[in-house]
Amino acid sequence: MNTILEVRGVSKRFGGLVAVSDVSFSIDEGEILGLIGPNGAGKTTLFNVVNGVYKANQGTITFAGKDITRCSPDQVVHLGLARTHQIVKPLNDLTVLDNVTVGACFGREYLDMGAARKVASEVLQRVGLERTDMMARSLTIAGKKRLEIARALAAKPKLLLLDEVLAGLNPTEVAAMIELVRKIRDSGISVLMIEHLMQAIMSLSDRIVVLNLGRKLAEGKPDEVVHNSDVVEAYLGFPDIVDKLTRME
Amino acid sequence: MILRRPFFWIILLVAAGFIYAPVHGNNVSLREDLILIAIAIILASNLNLMIGYTGYVNFGHIVFYGLGGYVGLYLTTARGWNLVLSALVAGVVVSVCAFLFGLAILRLRGAYFALATIGILQAVQAFVSNFDPWGRSTGMYLSFNSYQSLGGARHALWITYFLIIAVMTLSMIVSLAIKNSKFGLGLFAIREDEDAAVVLGVNATMYKAIIYSVSAFLPAVAGALMFFKNGMIDPSIAFEYMLSLEGIVMLMLGGQGSVIGAALGGSLYERLRSYLLTSPVLSNFHLVIAGGLLLMVVLFAPGGLIGWVYRLVPRARKVIE
Repeated sequence: MNTILEVRGVSKRFGGLVAVSDVSFSIDEGEILGLIGPNGAGKTTLFNVVNGVYKANQGTITFAGKDITRCSPDQVVHLGLARTHQIVKPLNDLTVLDNVTVGACFGREYLDMGAARKVASEVLQRVGLERTDMMARSLTIAGKKRLEIARALAAKPKLLLLDEVLAGLNPTEVAAMIELVRKIRDSGISVLMIEHLMQAIMSLSDRIVVLNLGRKLAEGKPDEVVHNSDVVEAYLGFPDIVDKLTRME
Repeated sequence: MILRRPFFWIILLVAAGFIYAPVHGNNVSLREDLILIAIAIILASNLNLMIGYTGYVNFGHIVFYGLGGYVGLYLTTARGWNLVLSALVAGVVVSVCAFLFGLAILRLRGAYFALATIGILQAVQAFVSNFDPWGRSTGMYLSFNSYQSLGGARHALWITYFLIIAVMTLSMIVSLAIKNSKFGLGLFAIREDEDAAVVLGVNATMYKAIIYSVSAFLPAVAGALMFFKNGMIDPSIAFEYMLSLEGIVMLMLGGQGSVIGAALGGSLYERLRSYLLTSPVLSNFHLVIAGGLLLMVVLFAPGGLIGWVYRLVPRARKVIE
């Protein structure tokens, strides 16, 4: 297996606040890596450092053999690393099709308008958004989340960062979204995803990295991670609560 | 292709009308009216590239027009260059300045950017008012020799008129071409959400500086032509702050983001202003009315005339651009 993304010793400080501290991990090609942790653990900040929205204070980030530590977000996309936002950012007064066309135009292949439109229509079909001529502002929240993914996919990425794509969706929508993430992986795109919905991330991820207070707490296969006492303590506060709860049963 | 767009041919038709109407019957007073409308359309169309396309409000757009006028008049008068070359050089010089200004102030967003554009206008005006080669606050006058090379004053004025109409036509075509291009799509993305646009791969810093510089070019050329026609320039008429604000009113009135909206707003507002300025009762009221108009548009028709048409006939978006 080749490594697609390698994060080594990355720290990010905002003044005195250390949001991410000395975090290292890597993702293999074709892998889904889950990133979990309590609120405020630094997950989204880590995303922002990886795709260049913030510059790391320390450490290096290597993507597909290239050092991208100092790259800006638009350069990172051209190399094939796309992302979605936790708080959706639709381009409100553009149509759904135009939104996705932006992704295709300025993505890895830097397509011209005609080709980008074609790619955009294909991607929209793939993610299941049908009314492509409506304004993005009038989509439902589930629609806007799909739009985020569609825009990122239109960039033809090698690695996709998904920031809480399941949050705020109802159970049917969640099931459909999980299916979509699987399909994306099967098409050969590696995925790094932040998610709070444990069931979903446990079943989707090949491996999981746990962050707490900006530090990496644990890393491993999903079932290893849930039984890690540090992880349990970080989430629930008592290291032996799992034992107690199982005994009570 | 832009040639396949119906609106492209509409623009050419309008331009033909602008040329035919005053030439037919040698109507000089109609020509003078149309020249003001053409200038309004040029200013509004190019301002639209910033406000309507990119979402950056420029309060100091007139600085390009004035600076173009100065460079143009200086080249024709002090250097004895011919008009077309001077106007083009004025456009290039001002565009390059705008690009450099843009890289500096386009880091700012929203109200802060708008304030910085006012600062640029004031700074340039102060500089020109103290710049010896350009006659400081008294300005410059055109030497009559400059008219000779164009076959006398009467001829020169007609030639200037045709050139201004050409610049007007070009302004609309440039707006239309950008609107349908990948570059334009990038600008729209910046307008809607700059952070999202950057994450999608748009090099926002460069795009903003380029469009700021593009929006400076044709107004500067128009300024060079217009002040050549007027025969004189000084800092207070070159950098008329009111005209800068009125440009924004024109755009809001017609409908920002739309090529025809900018042109329509420009011509309607200019007609209204000429009427008010020449009417004996209302002559001091034109700014009051402009302010009232802006307020009404912002409150009741934020999309301007064209936005209102789009709402009535959604399909119109495809034809009226």
